[in-house]
Amino acid sequence: MTSRKRIVIVGATSAIARQCARLWVKDHPSDIILLGRNEEKLAILAADLKVRSPKTRIPCMQADFINPDHIQSVVNQIYQEGPVTMVLIAHGFLPLQKLCQENLNLCREALAINALSPVLFAEAFATHMQKVNKGTLAVIGSVAGDRSRKSNYVYGAAKGMIERYVQGLQHRFSHSQVKVILIKPGPTDTPMTTHLKESGRKMAGVDRVAMDMVRGIAQGKRVIYTPRIWRFIMGGIRHLPYFIFNRMDI
Amino acid sequence: MVAVHSWGRLSNQEHRVTMLGDRSQAGTCVKNTAPGLAYGMGCSYGDACLNPQGTLWLTTNLNRFIAFDGKSGRLRCEAGVLLRDIQQLMVPRGWMLPVSPGTQLITVGGAISNDVHGKNHHVEGSFGDHIIKLSLVRTDGETIHCGPEERSEWFAATVGGVGLTGVITTAELQLRPVAGPWIHTETIPYRQLSEFIELADRSEAQWEYTVAWIDCLAKNKARGLFTRGSHVHEKECANEKPRALTPIRSFNFPVMPPFSMVNRLSLRLFNMGYYHLKKLKSGEKISHYEPFFYPLDKIHNWSRMYGRKGFFQYQSVVPRDSGYDVTRAMLKAISQSHEGSFLAILKTFGNRQSLGMLGFPAPGITLALDFPNHGARTEKLFKRLDAIVREAKGRLYLAKDARMPRAMFETGYPKFHDFMLYRDPGISSSLSRRLMGS
Ligand SMILES: Cc1cc2nc3c(=O)[nH]c(=O)nc-3n(C[C@H](O)[C@H](O)[C@H](O)COP(=O)(O)OP(=O)(O)OC[C@H]3O[C@@H](n4cnc5c(N)ncnc54)[C@H](O)[C@@H]3O)c2cc1C
Ligand SMILES: NC(=O)c1ccc[n+]([C@@H]2O[C@H](COP(=O)([O-])OP(=O)(O)OC[C@H]3O[C@@H](n4cnc5c(N)ncnc54)[C@H](OP(=O)(O)O)[C@@H]3O)[C@@H](O)[C@H]2O)c1
Repeated sequence: MTSRKRIVIVGATSAIARQCARLWVKDHPSDIILLGRNEEKLAILAADLKVRSPKTRIPCMQADFINPDHIQSVVNQIYQEGPVTMVLIAHGFLPLQKLCQENLNLCREALAINALSPVLFAEAFATHMQKVNKGTLAVIGSVAGDRSRKSNYVYGAAKGMIERYVQGLQHRFSHSQVKVILIKPGPTDTPMTTHLKESGRKMAGVDRVAMDMVRGIAQGKRVIYTPRIWRFIMGGIRHLPYFIFNRMDI
Repeated sequence: MVAVHSWGRLSNQEHRVTMLGDRSQAGTCVKNTAPGLAYGMGCSYGDACLNPQGTLWLTTNLNRFIAFDGKSGRLRCEAGVLLRDIQQLMVPRGWMLPVSPGTQLITVGGAISNDVHGKNHHVEGSFGDHIIKLSLVRTDGETIHCGPEERSEWFAATVGGVGLTGVITTAELQLRPVAGPWIHTETIPYRQLSEFIELADRSEAQWEYTVAWIDCLAKNKARGLFTRGSHVHEKECANEKPRALTPIRSFNFPVMPPFSMVNRLSLRLFNMGYYHLKKLKSGEKISHYEPFFYPLDKIHNWSRMYGRKGFFQYQSVVPRDSGYDVTRAMLKAISQSHEGSFLAILKTFGNRQSLGMLGFPAPGITLALDFPNHGARTEKLFKRLDAIVREAKGRLYLAKDARMPRAMFETGYPKFHDFMLYRDPGISSSLSRRLMGS
């Protein structure tokens, strides 16, 4: 019998993370630790997972997502009870670019939630994973981080930072058993993007994205684009010369 | 604004859309963004789920299970959970939805709001008969908990209430025990309407599921295929090779042809081919419940084959005693009109009314027919069918309707005056404006 998995999901209430959690509990009961800012929402998710997998243990932990001391102590607490098989860092915040330009507080919040906070969590977990030389750390970035554009560059810049950061971690752990994975979803139909629907944007379903993520993580891929087509689209966009790119209304 | 259509694709108009979060927030969101209308999977064929230029509350993110009691088979869940997700989780545990319509890709909220029926109406009634309790949020901020035992008048208004009494956030369902996923089925060709009626009458005592396909182009005779089925019992299940419970392998109808692929020639060929092929394969077999209950889920977006103008489904129910003559008259009118339908389904309902004030199922014979939208030509046929159904004191199914005249609604649904007392003034749909004036 393989030993029971211990999975931590940071920002567990996100639609994408929720769907991943459902896939993880589907076949094998495991321990899933849900981290979020809102206890009521976490309890609602835990109940859902419990119905799907009555033998899964699902402790919930509330955390302040930009307080380094708090983050450190929550992660320490998790490791006190044993090592972790896998961590998914999933939280994010997509404000309208225009509002970020007008309101620096909002701009700061976008940078804090999408860049600073995931890095602090990842760093805290990385330290423990290094000690036990074990664990998979997956962080959700975005295709928006591949090249910033005028309609969402504050968010894009934060997601871009995630990519640089993960690159460094992958380098750091290249000779160890610790795996670091960057996930870059394309536009996905979740509460985060309801306003994008308005512009008639075609979006991938959460089911599809979560399935790609769970499969990619199990295979230990370094970078997961989901749906896969975005690898090629972003490859094209990244290499467009600036004089063409800057004329595009995107 | 987003262009939204229903299953029939008769229109594709702009809506404001708001995604509801979980049940702890749905009420506030509804209150803050009213007026509006709940939208599940949009599998209603007509305009019950549409509210052009207004707000739609999308419920598919409201999709969490809440609790399941493995002893009693009671399941509590949010209203955006898909029937598919319930079936896939519960069948391996020995429980199943007691009522399944022809697709499992719909929400619990949508199934309650149209009080949907399946092939076993004569045994289990309709979806609302298995709801123990539900929570309804109103646009004024009130939450109403109701069920057959508790505030039952609110329950009767909401079951089959086409979304107009409030937004259902959670429901408690009574599942039924099953030995496994297998259904024992038998398909029998028939060559006359009277044969169908006889088969249906004879089968109801022994078989849980009955339904028939009918070739409505065949001149002067109502040939078709009658299918019946029952759950395979535990002992027999053990002999079945344990096959994995995978979802049906499905594919997508990839493009929208500029015109309907369903025309007189293709229909005639299809119906003839379908009848004869199935006739060859008729007889008894053991089937997994998915292809048996949900054969159409195999082809996602199949409604695209009707082209840009979309299609109508005309579904009526007429009382049993006059059912034979009325159905004959309807089939005759269709065959004379040369408008054809290849998804033509004929079924007898058992001897029970829907508990919903606007619920559709009633004792009698129900006929459901798809027609490509040919504008005035199609409407001309519908007028003839309307006259026949009204004369027989029948009614048309709101989940399918996009065009019935108001007078026909009022005679078909005599309890609609009572229903109006429970409407939420902050909710309206294309259908409610068309049939109820607001
Ligand atoms: C292939 C196919 C086969 C079908 N076979 C059958 C069949 O055999 N028997 C049958 O009875 N029907 C059948 N139907 C019709 C279908 O079951 C109903 O139209 C069902 O109501 C669709 O559910 P939905 O989740 O898509 O809801 P929608 O179509 O999105 O909405 C239906 C109605 O419910 C309301 N509603 C949705 N969610 C909520 C909520 N949370 N709270 C309050 N109101 C809500 C909407 O406002 C609307 O009035 C079939 C449909 C298809 C596409
Ligand atoms: N959807 C897309 O199109 C898309 C595309 C590319 C990348 N992504 C990324 O995928 C991840 C998941 O997104 P999603 O679409 O599933 O989003 P979602 O459903 O809107 O979830 C957002 C999550 O972030 C949390 N969060 C937001 N602000 C927070 C704060 N200040 N403090 C703590 N937690 C906060 C939310 O917590 P609450 O539940 O408590 O609000 C929620 O768990 C995000 O990193 C997102 O950037 C999404």
